[in-house]
Amino acid sequence: MSRPDLAAAELVERATNGDRRSVGRLLSLVERGGAGAEEIAELTHLESHSSHVIGITGAPGAGKSTMVAKLVAACTAAGQRPAVLAVDPSSPLTGGAILGDRVRMAEVDTTAFIRSVATRGHAGGLALAIPGGARVLAAAGFDPVIIETVGVGQVEVDVTAAADTTVVVVTPGMGDAVQANKAGLLEVADIFVVNKADRPGAGDARRDLELMLELSHVTGQEDESYRPPIVMVNSLDGDGIAEVYDLIHTHQDHLVTSGTLHDRRCRRTRFELASRAGLRFERVLTSALDTPAVAAVIDDVAAGRATPASGLAALTAALDAPL
Amino acid sequence: MSDTTTPSGGEDTTTRVVLAKLGLDGHDRGIKVVARMLRDAGMEVIYLGLRQTTDSIVAAVEQEDADAIGLSMHNAGHLTLGPAMLAALDAADLDVPLIIGGIVPAPDLPILTEAGVAAVLGPGASADEVVRTVRRVVHGE
Repeated sequence: MSRPDLAAAELVERATNGDRRSVGRLLSLVERGGAGAEEIAELTHLESHSSHVIGITGAPGAGKSTMVAKLVAACTAAGQRPAVLAVDPSSPLTGGAILGDRVRMAEVDTTAFIRSVATRGHAGGLALAIPGGARVLAAAGFDPVIIETVGVGQVEVDVTAAADTTVVVVTPGMGDAVQANKAGLLEVADIFVVNKADRPGAGDARRDLELMLELSHVTGQEDESYRPPIVMVNSLDGDGIAEVYDLIHTHQDHLVTSGTLHDRRCRRTRFELASRAGLRFERVLTSALDTPAVAAVIDDVAAGRATPASGLAALTAALDAPL
Repeated sequence: MSDTTTPSGGEDTTTRVVLAKLGLDGHDRGIKVVARMLRDAGMEVIYLGLRQTTDSIVAAVEQEDADAIGLSMHNAGHLTLGPAMLAALDAADLDVPLIIGGIVPAPDLPILTEAGVAAVLGPGASADEVVRTVRRVVHGE
């Protein structure tokens, strides 16, 4: 934007007083990373603890955005001030992205705050800026903060480390009971939504999830005091949304009464620290890979003149050398 | 051809463009092609879809902290909707360049530019022209 850049402290001040442009600007600065993002984290962290963070995840096309739009409307109707961070993938080739989640959220009241976020090279279903972005929104008084992941497969479970409550959206025809028992996404749900429940196979999807949860019970993996409920939803006409809304609150209460909220937020902190440190390691690794000695060995290994082990030895030596 | 620059501090300053169809106009083939062109040039495109209002676009520009707005018009409404969009941006104190794409007859071009539209892109504009225009209105290049 061409308007003069305000200092982060001024932006945070304005954001907490309800200025939405300042919230938008802060989110850009968080996405930009570096010292600016650090400063904003410092300014917003202590003010961000009272908001409930809800993660919505599921396969591409499962209906996450459509359901989020309905959920936002339910929050607004209940007098809450919801915000959404909707994540879509960046191109690994050009870094560009088409962020299309707002198309499904057109009917959302403009009092809700929606921000489209590109992954910008981050794997795991979220963007690196998500923890910081959620913090800005919470500090600006938005509650709940809803995080919608990119369309995920089986193993992208980062959202559980970013959210207090994780909702996994599945659809009829997602596979049989074997799929339901595979490791990954389905293990991390606090609430299951069978979306597009008007379609054939919705009952089967529900039964497979129930069987999987039964087995979690048998093997003792399940938290005895909480069993993830399964809700049948049709996001297009809003069937089941009120139930999802209520169950999110039930889970929120459970987190508080059982004391697991703090555990989850410790996990979130660990995750955030690890990803931020990981970025630094990545930069060190990249510069080590670019040193002339390593580049020469890479050339030799690729041409069949040296073994991968000798390449690794050269890379390790470059990493150990003072930069 | 990437728009993603990473200065020394690891800072990421990707250009963000809001694209929308304003009012009653269902011709969205062109704007989807433009979205793809900008994506392939390394920009982040926030596509709002059909039947947007000036209010919904202002809200999106604020929330998304957009660097530019692209409106697609194929319903001969540009002389009404273009200035209406500019007025809404002005009322919200948003200084974000507005680009109009679609069917704009030649005599209307100066009217739109005088009203404050930053650029107009017509049918047949190449990907290169589209991308250069966005970069020009955002960065003044």
